[in-house]
Amino acid sequence: MITAWLIRALDKKAIIVLAILIAIAVLVPVSNLFVPAGSPLHLPDHFVPLFGKYLTYAMLALALDLIWGYAGILSLGHGAFFALGGYAMGMYLMRQIGDRGVYANPVLPDFMVFLNYKELPWFWSGFDMFWFAMLMVVLVPGVLAFVFGWLAFRSRVTGVYLSIITQAMTYALLLAFFRNDMGFGGNNGLTDFKDILGFNIQAQTTRAALFSTSAIALALAFLICAGIVKSKLGKVMVAIRDAESRTRFLGYRADNYKVFAFVVSAVIAGIAGALYVPQVGIINPGEFEPANSIEIVIWTAVGGRATLVGPIIGAILVNAGKSWFTGLLPEFWLFALGGLFVFVTIFLPRGIVGTVVAGWNALTLSRASVKEEEGRNSRTGDPKDQPPPGEFAEPAE
Amino acid sequence: MPLMRILAGFLMALTMAVGLAPAASPAQELDADTMALISRLPDGSYNDRASVVSALAATGNAALVPLLQALDDGNLYVLDADGSIVLGIKKGRDYEISDPVTGEDRGTIGTRDADKIKVNNGLRRVIGAALGQMTLMSPDRRTRFAAAEAVLKSADADSLELIDTALAAETDAGIAALLEQARSIVVIRNDFPLADKQAAIDTLAEKADRNAMAILKGALAEADAELAPLLQKGVTAIEGKIAAWSAVQNVWYGVSLGSVLLLAAIGLAITFGVMGVINMAHGEIVMLGAYTTFVVQEVIRNNYPGLFDYSLAIALPLAFLVAGLAGVAIERGIIRFLYGRPLETLLATWGLSLILQQAVRTMFGPNNREVGNPSWMSGTVDFLGLAITWNRLWIVVFALVVFAILLLVFNRTPLGLQMRAVTQNRRMASAMGIRTPYVDALTFGLGSGIAGIAGVALSQIDNVSPNLGQSYIVDSFMVVVFGGVGNLWGTLVGAMTLGIANKFLEPYAGAVLGKILILVFIILFIQRRPRGLFALKGRAVEQ
Repeated sequence: MITAWLIRALDKKAIIVLAILIAIAVLVPVSNLFVPAGSPLHLPDHFVPLFGKYLTYAMLALALDLIWGYAGILSLGHGAFFALGGYAMGMYLMRQIGDRGVYANPVLPDFMVFLNYKELPWFWSGFDMFWFAMLMVVLVPGVLAFVFGWLAFRSRVTGVYLSIITQAMTYALLLAFFRNDMGFGGNNGLTDFKDILGFNIQAQTTRAALFSTSAIALALAFLICAGIVKSKLGKVMVAIRDAESRTRFLGYRADNYKVFAFVVSAVIAGIAGALYVPQVGIINPGEFEPANSIEIVIWTAVGGRATLVGPIIGAILVNAGKSWFTGLLPEFWLFALGGLFVFVTIFLPRGIVGTVVAGWNALTLSRASVKEEEGRNSRTGDPKDQPPPGEFAEPAE
Repeated sequence: MPLMRILAGFLMALTMAVGLAPAASPAQELDADTMALISRLPDGSYNDRASVVSALAATGNAALVPLLQALDDGNLYVLDADGSIVLGIKKGRDYEISDPVTGEDRGTIGTRDADKIKVNNGLRRVIGAALGQMTLMSPDRRTRFAAAEAVLKSADADSLELIDTALAAETDAGIAALLEQARSIVVIRNDFPLADKQAAIDTLAEKADRNAMAILKGALAEADAELAPLLQKGVTAIEGKIAAWSAVQNVWYGVSLGSVLLLAAIGLAITFGVMGVINMAHGEIVMLGAYTTFVVQEVIRNNYPGLFDYSLAIALPLAFLVAGLAGVAIERGIIRFLYGRPLETLLATWGLSLILQQAVRTMFGPNNREVGNPSWMSGTVDFLGLAITWNRLWIVVFALVVFAILLLVFNRTPLGLQMRAVTQNRRMASAMGIRTPYVDALTFGLGSGIAGIAGVALSQIDNVSPNLGQSYIVDSFMVVVFGGVGNLWGTLVGAMTLGIANKFLEPYAGAVLGKILILVFIILFIQRRPRGLFALKGRAVEQ
């Protein structure tokens, strides 16, 4: 059944995206590992983890698009789920160091020896097993999102209020993970990783494999999101986004749909975080910064919300821009990023992909029939074309 | 005699600290008679010396305390060469000598070139009494106060007689209280009838400070079965009083923190309340106000140093103008295109905040800039034993004044009326002829202006750096959301509640965990009341 459901998601657009992602997953490692260094087709070593990082960011933006674009939930705390997934992976990697740490303690990671821990805290047990760590990568963000979402959506906390409490959530986690006695390495976080599944994490082949895994994970996440969006479930989500009260009056349990979307999105974000950590080599509480979470939103907005492809493009473009800018003119990066926020929200409310799609639709429509121009709005399904919330005041509940 | 040493040491420190004349220029203070008295010290029997000491004490000159102390310690010598009296410290085979009154260094001499002025126990008693008389009975109030505090701290058994004498003569209530406590401590520590000890414990429990409690607890450790329950009762009484007192203290710290939150959040409450716009650049507007203060102070420092005490008064209207104009510009330039899309406004203003931060960083550098406190804002005031810093006190007052003015603007001016109308029902207000875009711009300007003057206040207690705004933005949101949108009273109550709750949690949970608990509390609170403490009622809020 699930297969059928996923296959239904494979429209032309999705197939193109998947094909590109799979091609990248194959070509980048090949170009890095097997093409000789002098060749113009060779990809220098340091680009592999860098591009891998972009792909995990893309996955994170995709997760946000699922809830912001299709369910109208603007989370300003999605970085928290990403970081939690990252911490779960980081804990596994820490346990893999074994007695090769500075203090050569076979069980305790270096920072615990340093902080005079006598034994491993209970919540670290099990993380020496890969399957358990992977389970936690999914479970921890998922359960947090479920509890948080269940509480918030059931109480009908919406709009700006929801955004602010998600921000409060990530801020609280930031403060908590900064504490040394939390047992997660405090300020310094987790780093100095050695092995993943027995392979040296610094080796170029491992990096290439991690890159491919990221690309495939992104492809799978895209497929799942596309499946959800295409299904009847996705239609209800869009209905909730555009008129929550009306959808509820039609008999749908809006909170359940929102909780579902929120949990799926958090799990995808957690997996993205777990792939991010081995490629970057560190996870620290800075990932919980509210500013990071807001940046995710801008990737999504730049690419185009409610398009699924847009966030992927947006995340990669903005981060490539960031790498380029910070290398070239470090002082101007914040000007550029800030200007991008303002520019996109005012002049490109549909984002890059949304604008291109809308332009394309308009073009084909006008070519086909000028009469049909009126129907454009319903086809793009862009929230911008909906009347602003103030225009139709929903009846009081 | 440790008591005397403490007294003398205290007094020396005191005279040096306040720059009293005797230590610095003894020549004028020590008249010929005194000098003659001192020169008679080495002569005659112990009894003769005792009468000289008493005569010295009778002069009441505090500058003689080090001399007597040295005599008491057996460190006073007569030089064979000229018969002058010096303070000598043995260093190997030599003495390092100095003037016993002025402390002036006079080099070193061999041990054979000087004779010690000898003391016996009888003489020591006389010296002790003399020292006590010169300190506890000194005509100078400050000297007596310092001496009384020293006695209280040491609580030496043999000082009881001295304390009683001093107590009988003491007229100053504060010093008398100190002496009274010193007396109680001496009584408890030493061999006295139980009834006296009971009375002494009660006296101590009155004072209820940690020093008294430490003494009671110390006594409790070595008390016999008879005394222990009495002491225990005293300790419990003091603990109760200290707990109550620290609660009062926490409330004050909480109010202080709350007023900072109030200042930071109140502008946000206005813009959010009226326009439903979350202005993420709000913190940066606060920062603009703080930097305006910095610039004003810089100009004053370089050109008119005499005006420094008025710098804040000059900075306030300027900061209001700068921030207010920035606000109007933001509203006209960006936010006006985004009405009805609150989440996108949030993003655009966040972008703006990044630009403002970086602009300030480029112009003023990334480091903290020095903003000084005017003289009337520095220092502390002692209020019932609570040390209150002036700048905190002024900020509390200032926050409340700003709040009151805003309340007046909202409830008593035509602009306020229009703002409230737009808040409650924008479309209806528009239909009634209110120019809502104009009200929006003015409201945003007002909210930003208030943020600007909040920046002036915050520059007095926080670092003025490009990150100033970011550190307040999350807290400001929490206050506004907790208090409820569109209601100034909600913001006041929200800010004070969060401030006080934070300070009460801190001692138990630590600063960071306390803050986390507050955040979790707000998250849960929003579930119960999604529109905050004081929600606007009616259909308008259901948009």
